[in-house]
Amino acid sequence: MSRKERLLVWLDQRTGLETAIRNFLYEQIPASSGWHQVFGSVALFLFLVQVFTGALLAFNYAPTPGDAYNSLRYILAEVTAGRLMRGLHHWGASMMIVVVVLHMTQVFVYGAYKKPREATWIAGVILLLLTLAYGLTGYLLPWDNRAYWGTVVTTQIAAKAPFVGPYLVRFLGGQGEIGVVTFARFYGLHVLLLPPATVVMIVLHVYLVRKHGVAPAPGDEVLTAKKFFPEQAFRDTVAIFAAFVILFLMAVMVRVPLEQLADPTDTTYIPRPEWYFLFLFQILKLFEGPLEVIGSVVLPALAILVLLIIPFVDRGRMRKVTERALAAAVVALAGIGWAGLTITAAVTTPKPAVAARIDFSQPTDWLQLSPVEMAGIGYFRQENCTACHTLGQGKPEIGPDLTKASIRKSGAWMIEHFKRPSAMVPGSAMPPIQLSDAQLNTLAAFLLKLNARNAEALQSAPDFAVMGALIYQKNQCGSCHAVNGVGGRLGPPLNGLKRRRTEPWVEEHFGNPQALSPGSVMPVYKFSRAEMQNMVAYLFVLPE
Amino acid sequence: MHGLREPQAEETTRRQFYLTFIYALWSLMAAALALPALVYLFLPPKVRRGDEWVDAGDITRLQAKIPVELAFRKNRVDGWKVTSEKQTAWVVKLSDRKIVAFGPQCTHLGCAYHWDETSAEFICPCHSSVFSVEGAVISGPAPRPLDRYETRMENGKLLLGALHESSGPKT
Repeated sequence: MSRKERLLVWLDQRTGLETAIRNFLYEQIPASSGWHQVFGSVALFLFLVQVFTGALLAFNYAPTPGDAYNSLRYILAEVTAGRLMRGLHHWGASMMIVVVVLHMTQVFVYGAYKKPREATWIAGVILLLLTLAYGLTGYLLPWDNRAYWGTVVTTQIAAKAPFVGPYLVRFLGGQGEIGVVTFARFYGLHVLLLPPATVVMIVLHVYLVRKHGVAPAPGDEVLTAKKFFPEQAFRDTVAIFAAFVILFLMAVMVRVPLEQLADPTDTTYIPRPEWYFLFLFQILKLFEGPLEVIGSVVLPALAILVLLIIPFVDRGRMRKVTERALAAAVVALAGIGWAGLTITAAVTTPKPAVAARIDFSQPTDWLQLSPVEMAGIGYFRQENCTACHTLGQGKPEIGPDLTKASIRKSGAWMIEHFKRPSAMVPGSAMPPIQLSDAQLNTLAAFLLKLNARNAEALQSAPDFAVMGALIYQKNQCGSCHAVNGVGGRLGPPLNGLKRRRTEPWVEEHFGNPQALSPGSVMPVYKFSRAEMQNMVAYLFVLPE
Repeated sequence: MHGLREPQAEETTRRQFYLTFIYALWSLMAAALALPALVYLFLPPKVRRGDEWVDAGDITRLQAKIPVELAFRKNRVDGWKVTSEKQTAWVVKLSDRKIVAFGPQCTHLGCAYHWDETSAEFICPCHSSVFSVEGAVISGPAPRPLDRYETRMENGKLLLGALHESSGPKT
């Protein structure tokens, strides 16, 4: 015996570890086992990824309404790989729902829940409900507008449940409003109660699978049984790897939204649940008034009940999957119904307000800029200044780092320099900038504001706001109006416009100011469709 | 003979193929999760702002080689929060042109030390480290001289910048 073998024997005699692993890996499985049975393993793997990334997020996250949002922004903007961790956790949740449903569908189509596997199926249904509960409680934790308003609706639905409604609301910590107590309850459920409950149910579920064995197909009894390892273990691994690659790519490439901080006074927000709950949301719309409870409570409860009693209704002997046309039809119908409801809900969702389109997971210092500085970003991008200049980071380019204070002179000097670079800086290779004096002035205003701290934040200003500011400057709106404290006093300041007016009102007002505000001295402005959209969007994202 | 051995060999290569893939794919996944996790936990977060200069107060009446503990408020970036907190520095005028500000913690284990007027030394009460008026270690377990703030003078006022860990030998 080699030294390694002796060590393994020593370990096994004392812990039984090797024997246990052997028993687990060399489980007998039916000859018909194959690629269709990989989903359970994938679901288990995704659960472990959620536990892992969830714990890591918790290391940098403060679970109170006062701090949650800022700590999440800290994870996204400042902690290395923080965005990846949140991406994995967010998309992992969605993916888990998909895989759990695929797993159930496979078991259902094959009739694998039949005697004696009824308890295995019921444990699986409970695991599905637990998975959904994570989605519901985790939705609140970013504490942005989406989280807040989505949860307001959820708890209101819970409150309307017959008999248990009031108790449910009290359990969730609110009397119809969402605050610190509700937040603590949701967080407690999400990280303290649900995970151990899930672990217990998974252990039970897997124990039952092992106890009864993997469900055989008719005809399996005459064939020799296989072992789980290595062939089926290989299939599981490949499926898990495929799921992991998709998840990782989504976490890297698809940005998880973060909206503005939860604002209970925001009357313009249109709450929508996470995509996998959209069908419930749409069902709710079909029932009005006193019938609402049918959509909110009765139908979902019935659906769960139906899932639970399936094995007791369908009690015939095992059939080949090709002979289970009815099961396939049920799945197809359910799939079509679900897709129809989800698509209808998605299509009928109105365009979100402009503020909801800003990505708050990035620095938002640009919101504090005056219109002239914002417009300067526009010329800065238009003239492609970063082709030759760096902004604090990256390898040195031909031109100097524009965030360095030492290269900054007065506005007048900069404008002269833009026009005739080498006249002001002998030997400069910079080409003259072909812009009007007013435009150069705008560019100088932006560059004077630029420093190493805010460079990244200013670059993240969205295009619509920059375009809006350019139109604002071109039309000299600032001679009468103030934005962020800069501008005239003749007209009303434009910060907080979204509180006072709606977008259509403002659009109409541009075309005919006097009709909407009698006595106004504002001239008429004719904008193209795109100009109007950018202009109004810009005005509506201004901070209050 | 030949006919019997062939399927066995095929069986072995199949098994070997499965094993190789299982180990390779799991190793890849473990690495793809572990590396970002290590970076996430151990790399310092991006710094939002550099150290700012704070006004530690008027030092025109400072006497040569007699340290004074000055208190001031400084913003501290703590994760997602910036807190304004009270901090202190021991300020000494070593000569007319040279003013030094020491961080208020002993370089041994971070206890607050004080100036002992009779012996004209800084003394740490925890493990009896003793520092000279220049901050050098005279005796005790302290591994390095007292840490110093960056300093700047403006109209008789002392401005303090970042606190730098002193380096090297005890003197």
